[in-house]
Amino acid sequence: MNAAAEKASWDEAYNFAYLDEQTKRMIRRALLKAVAIPGYQVPFGGREMPLAYGWGTGGMQVTASVIGPSDTLKVIDQGADDTTNAVSIRRFFKRVAGIATTEATEEASVIQTRHRIPEKPLKEGQVLVYQVPQPEPLRKLEPRETETRKMHGYAEYGLMHVRLYEDISRFGHIATTYSYPVMVNGRYVMSPSPIPKFDNPKMENNQAIQLFGAGREKRIYAIPPYTSVKSLDFEDHPFEVQRWPQACALCGARDSYLDEVVLDDKGGRMFVCSDTHFCADRQEKGHRGPMAADPAAGAFARSSDTSARKEGER
Amino acid sequence: MSALMLSETVTPKRQPLMRATGVSKSYGETIGCLDVSFTLNPGEVIGIVGESGSGKSTLLNVLSAQLSPDIGTVEYDLRHKGMSDIFRLSEPDRRRLMRTDWGIVHQNPRDGLRMDVSAGGNVGERLMAIGARHYGEIRAEGLDWLAKVELNASRVDDKPRTFSGGMQQRLQIARNLVTRPRLIFMDEPTGGLDVSVQARLLDLLRGLVRELGIAAIVVTHDLAVVRLLADRLMVMRHGRVVEEGLTDQVLDDPHHPYTQLLVSSVLQV
Ligand SMILES: Nc1ncnc2c1ncn2[C@@H]1O[C@H](COP(=O)(O)OP(=O)(O)OP(=O)(O)O)[C@@H](O)[C@H]1O
Ligand SMILES: [Mg+2]
Ligand SMILES: [Zn+2]
Repeated sequence: MNAAAEKASWDEAYNFAYLDEQTKRMIRRALLKAVAIPGYQVPFGGREMPLAYGWGTGGMQVTASVIGPSDTLKVIDQGADDTTNAVSIRRFFKRVAGIATTEATEEASVIQTRHRIPEKPLKEGQVLVYQVPQPEPLRKLEPRETETRKMHGYAEYGLMHVRLYEDISRFGHIATTYSYPVMVNGRYVMSPSPIPKFDNPKMENNQAIQLFGAGREKRIYAIPPYTSVKSLDFEDHPFEVQRWPQACALCGARDSYLDEVVLDDKGGRMFVCSDTHFCADRQEKGHRGPMAADPAAGAFARSSDTSARKEGER
Repeated sequence: MSALMLSETVTPKRQPLMRATGVSKSYGETIGCLDVSFTLNPGEVIGIVGESGSGKSTLLNVLSAQLSPDIGTVEYDLRHKGMSDIFRLSEPDRRRLMRTDWGIVHQNPRDGLRMDVSAGGNVGERLMAIGARHYGEIRAEGLDWLAKVELNASRVDDKPRTFSGGMQQRLQIARNLVTRPRLIFMDEPTGGLDVSVQARLLDLLRGLVRELGIAAIVVTHDLAVVRLLADRLMVMRHGRVVEEGLTDQVLDDPHHPYTQLLVSSVLQV
């Protein structure tokens, strides 16, 4: 940080990374505690950020507290680097911290995300910051905070399985597809934020540090590198990730999370990687999906409008 | 894991299951209950009667660890430790005791059921809390218990809010008994129900309690309830136990003037 202090490359109307140093120290203390107790929700006295809730103020406060001038930031929203949300968060940090940004997963030292974990495995030294709307996995069934705190404190997690039981009794299988609860380090049940359950296995033994920030609820939690992260399930209904019968229409990947995209108003549709950088990277390396040569699909791939379509689908 | 594992322990000799000694609880100036002592034997059903405000619920809440006494002790025969003061247990141990070896049937089903969870989920919760992880077995056990409390199997996936008051009470009972507790606390279990529904619920309760050999402490202001359910009776007034004994003896030959008044139905609503 001292090197950068010589010549500020950010908008000096702000302190580096927007937050004042005292707030950052407070958040870092919470982060250290969170890393020391994997999966445990640490309360913190959060600050208001210049964005509305739902734009990931918790994630932004964490990013602002861990980022340094030599970091390279990637921001993804639903796997895409080019949604309005991702673009404005990236632009915000460029302005208030003067840091480099990237869309390449392997080039980023800090990745702030909403709703996805990149397909490319993360490495040691990388930090993945999740935006968390609701940190409490037990909240839906137990509205009392005093009670959920005790449940975590005493590892009373029967209720979590009641939630999964209800799923099976209603749908015949565990229908929860995102925010799928996990047991971290054999001790704390944690909500992984609304990532698809497809991404759950990536959390386990990940080399990167995973930090979770919930702005409205003012909670921080973490998964340190190489930590056990198990998705809850039943013996006769084991945890399973989503699978697709087809490969990515553009890059042919068979092991990535796919989004359905409508191509025209005549029912034309295709499945493509939700991780836009992963998909583009594969295409650049010569991988081709069944519709790579299709003009409509090509137009989609070139348009920067993918985000708008995805936003519309939700 | 099967709930059966919990019920295998047999008490070697006849020693009390619970013992209360000099239990008092006030709310500021207001007396809740005062200097109450008694012992409860395994499989025994004790009724607590008395007019409104006499301290029945306060006493029950202290005995069931939902409320700490100001003075006095409540001891319980823990499976691996023997008689232990329940208020000196760590909180997680006490909570575990409450959801495995005890059952609590609340007067208001809203306090004892999860209204947003299906009937099967309500019954299965305690099993999952003690580690059951096989959906099929949990569901089968749930269905079994619905049958035992005479609820139709077809309602297993319905939310309790769609149940009648009597059905909700029966579901509460199933939800509590699924872990085969040795002691069940009930506060006005038939309160607010139609007379005919009350009678059926009482029959059911009596059958289950006898069949499973569960001890129970039942609070009621309805002497017909204790007549049917309770082996022994405690009569409370102004927070104190003014008379106690075998139910039939107390009801047929009351000694304390207040009990006489109670039995003569002057005080019965
Ligand atoms: N939470 C409380 N705060 C203050 N006073 C209370 C509280 N709960 C009970 N009391 C008082 O303690 C006394 C005993 O009340 P309790 O509820 O134990 O009586 P009860 O025998 O269960 O009455 P009922 O038949 O009406 O349920 C009453 O005077 C009551 O007003
Ligand atoms: Mg009462
Ligand atoms: Zn692709």
